[in-house]
Amino acid sequence: MTAPAASDWQMAIAAAFLDETAAVRSIEFDIVHWKGHLAGQHVDIRLTAADGYQAQRSYSIASPGRQGTRIEITVEKITGGEVSPFLTEEMAVGDTIELRGPIGGYFTWQPEDPSPLMLIAGGSGVVPLMSMLRTRRIACSRVPARLLYSSRTAQDIIYRNELDSLVAHLDGFSLVHTVTRGAPANWWGEARRVNREMLARHVFPAAQKPLIFTCGPTSFVEVVADQLISLGYDEKTIKTERFGPSGEKG
Amino acid sequence: MPVTRGFKGRQRDGGAEHGRVPPGQYVTCEFPVLSAGPTQRTPLESWSLALQDHGKLIGIWNWAQFQALPQTERTTDIHCVTKWTKLDTRWRGVAFDDILKAAGLVSPPTLYLMAHCDGGYTTNLRLADLLGGKAMIATHFDDQPLAATHGGPARLLVPHLYFWKSAKWVRRLVFMEADLPGFWESLGYHIHGDPWREQRYTGDK
Repeated sequence: MTAPAASDWQMAIAAAFLDETAAVRSIEFDIVHWKGHLAGQHVDIRLTAADGYQAQRSYSIASPGRQGTRIEITVEKITGGEVSPFLTEEMAVGDTIELRGPIGGYFTWQPEDPSPLMLIAGGSGVVPLMSMLRTRRIACSRVPARLLYSSRTAQDIIYRNELDSLVAHLDGFSLVHTVTRGAPANWWGEARRVNREMLARHVFPAAQKPLIFTCGPTSFVEVVADQLISLGYDEKTIKTERFGPSGEKG
Repeated sequence: MPVTRGFKGRQRDGGAEHGRVPPGQYVTCEFPVLSAGPTQRTPLESWSLALQDHGKLIGIWNWAQFQALPQTERTTDIHCVTKWTKLDTRWRGVAFDDILKAAGLVSPPTLYLMAHCDGGYTTNLRLADLLGGKAMIATHFDDQPLAATHGGPARLLVPHLYFWKSAKWVRRLVFMEADLPGFWESLGYHIHGDPWREQRYTGDK
């Protein structure tokens, strides 16, 4: 028997859960034949009901690239959704689902890249960017890296403890949080939506030729990408991943 | 197929959607936006569409000339490889057949074509997937000019293939001898992309 290709469905066993916020849960899966992935790639999962009905969704991989046979995804529960409520509330350790991947070869980062790494996340768009930061940490990379991360409130920040701990390694990583719906007392980050002025202050200067990854809701990514271009960043260095409706017709 | 313990799924529809949703897809009423980079915003006065046989220019239209070509309206379902399907989308534009006609071509010079777009995006297509009313260059959605986020001023519309083939911000259609991979087709996505055969990724049959 030959090892399965990335396009083959495999059985994945739920091995561990971590509630990141009230609506977000990380799930670790064991996969026998996982051959590793690049930071930023995603997987497809397939669920099958007793009558044969199937549903598929894509989820970004949160765990670092090139690691063993266990991967982690992080799922935000969509109220009224079909798959995310199952993954975040129903599934238990030991349950199996079908999974295939890794998928996607563009929104990826490898620690060999010497360019400063600028990550700009909105909400659960932080997931593939977290994979990049974890990959960078494991590789002992000293490439300058910065995450500008927009959340609704401080309670909605995913991976908060881990992100906060990363800044203490003094390895060239820096972190800027912003919250858009009210900051708690003693808040040290930004407290409004990402805009041109905030980008100008926090994004590595264009002269340093940073590699920029931005992921989040469509409206968020549109603002970030458009404003970065107006600030003089080369559009070829801006990689985007969008989710959710555009909010406009056509 | 392995049943997932505890998974029920949404209520099954036997009605309007029956037979219209390819395997692994779900129906959305939204119109999600997916692009690998920043949205391109090309002013109409500097827009043109070129038709080329390799390096030879066969036809080129500026915006006014392109609008003067025969207009086709079409209501169709679209299917994105990221799993969403949107039913009954309404488009207007110029059928690919009419573009060939306007360029004076009786038949295409090759069996394959590469679409080139603002921002550097490319996607490969078989002529068999473009001719016979199967494809258009769309400029309007729901009677409105196509928004930049959705590929305006003009995008390909090849609705019977996964929607990454319906390239946004299209500017050049270049005939080629072989079915060479475009942007996503070089990055792990299927060379053809038929949603009914679930040709999502390289390796899918």
